[in-house]
Amino acid sequence: MAPTEVSSTEVSAPALDGQYGIAEHSHVGARDLNLDTHSHRIGSRDPQDHLVPLGREEQWRFTPLRRIRGLHDQTPLTGTDFTVTVNAPAGVVAHSVSGDEANALKGASNYLPTDRPSARAWAASDSVFLVDVPANLEVDGLIEITFHGGSVDEAVAAHLVVRLGTHAKAQVSVVYEGSSTLAENVEIVVADGAHLDIASRQSWSADAVHLSHHHVRVGRDAIVRHAALTFGGDLVRIVATVEYDGPGGDAELLGLYIADAGQHLEHRLLMDHGAPNCRSRALYKGALQGQGAHTVWVGDVLIRPTAEGTDTYEMNRNLLLTEGARADSIPNLEIETGEIAGAGHASATGKFDDEQLFYLLSRGIPEAAARRLVVRGFFGEVLARLGIPAVVESTNEIIEGELEISGI
Amino acid sequence: MSTLQIRDLHVSVVTEDTPKEILRGVNLTINGGETHAVMGPNGSGKSTLAYSLAGHPKYEITSGEVLLDGEDVLAMSVDERARAGLFLAMQYPVEVPGVSMSNFLRSAATAVRGEAPPIRKWVKEVKGAMTDLEIDPAFAERSVNEGFSGGEKKRHEILQLSLLAPKIAVLDETDSGLDVDALRIVSEGVNRYKAQSAEAGNGVGILLITHYTRILRYIQPDFVHVFAAGKIVESGGPELADELETNGYVRFTGAGASA
Repeated sequence: MAPTEVSSTEVSAPALDGQYGIAEHSHVGARDLNLDTHSHRIGSRDPQDHLVPLGREEQWRFTPLRRIRGLHDQTPLTGTDFTVTVNAPAGVVAHSVSGDEANALKGASNYLPTDRPSARAWAASDSVFLVDVPANLEVDGLIEITFHGGSVDEAVAAHLVVRLGTHAKAQVSVVYEGSSTLAENVEIVVADGAHLDIASRQSWSADAVHLSHHHVRVGRDAIVRHAALTFGGDLVRIVATVEYDGPGGDAELLGLYIADAGQHLEHRLLMDHGAPNCRSRALYKGALQGQGAHTVWVGDVLIRPTAEGTDTYEMNRNLLLTEGARADSIPNLEIETGEIAGAGHASATGKFDDEQLFYLLSRGIPEAAARRLVVRGFFGEVLARLGIPAVVESTNEIIEGELEISGI
Repeated sequence: MSTLQIRDLHVSVVTEDTPKEILRGVNLTINGGETHAVMGPNGSGKSTLAYSLAGHPKYEITSGEVLLDGEDVLAMSVDERARAGLFLAMQYPVEVPGVSMSNFLRSAATAVRGEAPPIRKWVKEVKGAMTDLEIDPAFAERSVNEGFSGGEKKRHEILQLSLLAPKIAVLDETDSGLDVDALRIVSEGVNRYKAQSAEAGNGVGILLITHYTRILRYIQPDFVHVFAAGKIVESGGPELADELETNGYVRFTGAGASA
């Protein structure tokens, strides 16, 4: 794929002492996350601690706020028109809890909301949906959760907690479908030595708006493979953050998205390395087709002074299948220790490569089939790493269906 | 037996400002079973001839015609030309990340043959063809040409030649960048396909484009053509290659420049 001018890349300089700018002020019930210099993220459960974004903030500058139906402002999050269905193998707790139990579960991942929609969803969700895998249980079979939205009219708040005990092993698929205006927090807690593969597939109807914050807490020597697979919805914005409890944690964040005409699909990542000898990988690939299709990928990696021996690499690739689409891709790497094992990133956005196409055509392969081969190959790298066969299969079907839209 | 007829072919390369004429009236007829070597100095337009025949969009045909068994090749799309029986072994085979060689070969064979080859027979066929060209079976699962050495890429071009079984094969500087061992393996591959196609009664016509005479020691041409300044300036038998070996292209580039 040939890189073109469409991709944008900004790399922040290493932070200097005293330049965080947020060390001086305090918030009741809040703590400073001391994150990257230009984003000024503050964690707080109280929506009042978060200003209403105006659209110029670094975190919001790509998001068309007029399309998010006031989720960032004060639209009531009182909607109840949705269903959650679960299919969980024996031994796994998967149910909705409320009251004190729900409140106690919130924050299980150490997460504190870093923006207003997240804080509002936190405060407004009366119940928490919990998936709990006890220590030492290796779950046989896929844990499947489906959120089906019934209407976009009344906005919904949701809170999901996925928790794996020590040395547990599980695969989780979360699917979003139907119509909804949803603000959500997803907390993922993977205890020491546990192994979780989790895929969140956004297969919404065309009118859905979905703002979600996924926070992953990686235990000592734990392994997490997290995938965001985003196809549907008018506007989907997923912020995924990762923190490490202890050394040896390994997090791989995968993403695959296809934006059609008019869709805004935004994925933001933060790999927050605070523990030594941990590993992070990000691999996000997207295709865009149609007028006004817009994708945003922002990948932040922070390596704190305590995170010696960190090994991190992040990559985003976008394939523009038609004219009129726009992909923004911004990797940021902030390194505060010289003792790292490796850190790098790559970002490229390109059109269909004419020489590749010519080569395939010159072997007799018809153009539509040749394009399909290249797109399948493009996404194949992500699919090969998902590790959940049923999710790979359903994703493949969706990709085939999406490609038919532009006659590929 | 097939026939490829190239008649008074004029081709320009489309650049940003003005089109530049590269081919200035090429005439050549290749019959099935014949091997024609087209030799010429760098920049004479040899590769343009190869890409024009395959239909690369960068080249604009301004006049002339190309007929394959009487069918108008220039009216066909790139993939139609391949399915009609024209094959181009490229000087610089393209890397296609994410598409496995085995998937690519099967897609191409399915398109060219008009139906998917039965899987068992196909696996055996590919394996045999790879063994013939001393290609490690592990290459089947690698992305098309990605990270291949020059020699590995050329072997895979000839692998495609043998699996797609064209009527006319254009080999564009297949010998460039090969060491003696690789040159021998690749040449034997071409000769093997040539013999097989002749046995089957559809002897392949070969257009062998090269800068050097070295490959002609392995692949015996029936005709040698000297290419200079966008057209064929002299044609002869294999002895013409010997003269080029001794004297180089000076006589022809001089003639081309003054013509």
